[in-house]
Amino acid sequence: MSGSQPKRLLLSGNEAIARGAVEAGVRFAAAYPGTPSTEILETIAAHTEIACEWSPNEKVAVEVAFGAALGGARALASMKHVGLNVAADPLMTISYTGVNGGLVIVSADDPGMHSSQNEQDNRHYARFAKVPLLEPSDSQECKDFLIEAFALSEEYDTPVLLRTTTRISHGRSLVVLGEPLPLAPRGFVRDQAKYVMIPAHARRRHAVVEERLVRLRDLANVTRLNRVELGDNKIGIIASGVAYQYVKEACPQASVLKLGMPYPFPGHLVRDFAAAVERLFVVEELDPFLEDQVRALGIECTGKERFSLLGELDPLAVAAGVSGAQPALPPEPEGLPMRPPVMCPGCPHRGVFEVLRKLKVIATGDIGCYTLSVLPPLRVMDTCVCMGASIGAAHGLEMALGDACNVVGVIGDSTFVHGGIAPLLDIVYNQGTSTIIILDNRTTAMTGRQDHPATGRTARGDETFRLNLQAVCRAVGVEDVRVVDPYDLEAVEKHVKAALAHRAPSVIIADRPCVLLDRNALGEPLTVDEELCTACQTCLQLGCPALSLGAEGPKGRRKARIVSELCAGCHLCARVCPKEAIQHAAGGAS
Amino acid sequence: MSKPTNIMLVGVGGQGIVLAGEVLAQVLMLAGHDVKKSEIHGMAQRGGTVRSDVRFGETVFSPTIPPGQADILLAFEQLEALRHLPQVVTGGLVIASAERIVPTTAHLGPNPYPDDAMARIRGAGYRLQEVDAPALAAQAGNPRTAGTCLLAALAWHLDLPEEVWDRALHDAYPKKILDVNLRAFALAREATQPASS
Repeated sequence: MSGSQPKRLLLSGNEAIARGAVEAGVRFAAAYPGTPSTEILETIAAHTEIACEWSPNEKVAVEVAFGAALGGARALASMKHVGLNVAADPLMTISYTGVNGGLVIVSADDPGMHSSQNEQDNRHYARFAKVPLLEPSDSQECKDFLIEAFALSEEYDTPVLLRTTTRISHGRSLVVLGEPLPLAPRGFVRDQAKYVMIPAHARRRHAVVEERLVRLRDLANVTRLNRVELGDNKIGIIASGVAYQYVKEACPQASVLKLGMPYPFPGHLVRDFAAAVERLFVVEELDPFLEDQVRALGIECTGKERFSLLGELDPLAVAAGVSGAQPALPPEPEGLPMRPPVMCPGCPHRGVFEVLRKLKVIATGDIGCYTLSVLPPLRVMDTCVCMGASIGAAHGLEMALGDACNVVGVIGDSTFVHGGIAPLLDIVYNQGTSTIIILDNRTTAMTGRQDHPATGRTARGDETFRLNLQAVCRAVGVEDVRVVDPYDLEAVEKHVKAALAHRAPSVIIADRPCVLLDRNALGEPLTVDEELCTACQTCLQLGCPALSLGAEGPKGRRKARIVSELCAGCHLCARVCPKEAIQHAAGGAS
Repeated sequence: MSKPTNIMLVGVGGQGIVLAGEVLAQVLMLAGHDVKKSEIHGMAQRGGTVRSDVRFGETVFSPTIPPGQADILLAFEQLEALRHLPQVVTGGLVIASAERIVPTTAHLGPNPYPDDAMARIRGAGYRLQEVDAPALAAQAGNPRTAGTCLLAALAWHLDLPEEVWDRALHDAYPKKILDVNLRAFALAREATQPASS
């Protein structure tokens, strides 16, 4: 420290985790983008002293980070909660092998499902894998706990799970910066009994895991990550993560046991705390993870009967739960039009979904912006489960309905690389005939346009090998691979019909970059010729935000109007207009 | 411990709400307050409703504003002002842009876009300051400075030193768009001075 004031910044939890990686001397980081975790690796990418990668999926990210840790580097893998499902396979056994350099896995959970398909509670993974769990409550703790997690990882020879939630990852609060740790590289030390998990070795390592867990439990009872804040002894509250902040705001007088390291569960600490207060509450979002462990100690507490299993908490919900009263919630606004998220003006996905709607297919969907096609007015998507499931589910539907079924699997480029190749291979291998559309917009759009192996650029934007999606499809055995411009509705329709009729697996690659990638590539805005418009509103069924209602037309129906500041000039509305009423602003039919 | 002050910024994805919240949070930090800020990224931002919570005071715990406890609503769009009105404390301040962005659902669904948003806000007992942010931004030379214009209107109500606004704007904007934002801030500051000040 140079004697000057330590630098203080307003950082998001994700930025603070990245800062923690710098200060902890992390040398390698890997991730697959996923809200609310994405900015961790994006922020790390600005620090060239850390080697960093977008991985094809989370399983790969954890495996590579494991390898880096074996090589003696401190390594980080970050992902959203459902990403850890994909990475669960390596996690469960890395718990057995242990590490060399520290290994920390960050799981950013999404209670409330702001941008997710479920709200699973990943604290269970720590217990499942028998590894320590740290839960920061603000950005300062995100940084401090990450550094602490690496120390723990190396001292106890274990991967460590650091779990945030949306409000922690995307909340901003003040962080005091520290200095990076000077760390000497450890190097790789051959140890087959520790790292080669054949049954004979794994049996011995399982005993090590159990013994490690006992030592970690002892630590949890004394670590400063878990602390008692004594207040009034009438009410005691156990909380972790963002719930701790809600408790402090809602119940400033209460005694609080703040668990920064909730697993292994600090039984002695909890027992002492419970004995010191008259009534014990456990306040946590989602599952009764802490509550169940309190009850297992034979201690009475109030928890999920007062605090919902669903969604997020807030200070009002906590105050109400503690007092037993109903929260005084503000009224829901009534009579206002909703404003759901929509596909952007000019989005290349829209043309494909317009055709799929027209053809009345069953559309198995996947994870990405295109899931928005489930909303009105398009209402196309029939399933959305997890990355790659569109392709597997399409094949399964064919197994149930027969090969004449009108099923189309729809998946994005990044999602295809993540989890779509194996199920496509499955279709070919098992003689299915499904039609799969890869919406190749050349980016991971939903999470904010990250690169992936098929974009030809690395996490730092450097040029690299570009995976050829057509070649991949052919390599797994799909002979019928078609490429089409999704703005060309006639061509899309022709190819989808042909692929559905074809009694063999088909892949259609809808090839056009995300409109947000290059705003200069957009066309001139269009306009509606009110003389020609008959107010049929066919164009409005595209659900484009640039299309609005204008002048009164026949039978009281209003004509279409184009908001020129929003129009991307994609011409989709002009193509569906039966009267050729949509043209360039400068005049002349398009 | 004194209660924190809660400012809720709302609007439509793409209007720059998150960035404006960023500038505001920086200003408050530079002025010496504890600050927390919260918003949602990802799917919620694709042209949907966007909300950013900024809280400041001596000590701030929750990063989100508890339901119904916004002291000030800074609305970038009329419909979103109306939608978030119940989040504002009784008699609270609403600073609302004249901007109207009509969602597709207003054309296809049962509820049309309200034509009387400002009157409804006034009628509900809130203090309303209407800001013609689109016009001010156009006057400054870039329609995308509307958010900066709204921050200028907000500045009258926060009692913070002028230089922290200046510094935060300098920190937030790259050279290319700094000047137009400084111009927008000055213009809007002048144009939005409350009658009582």
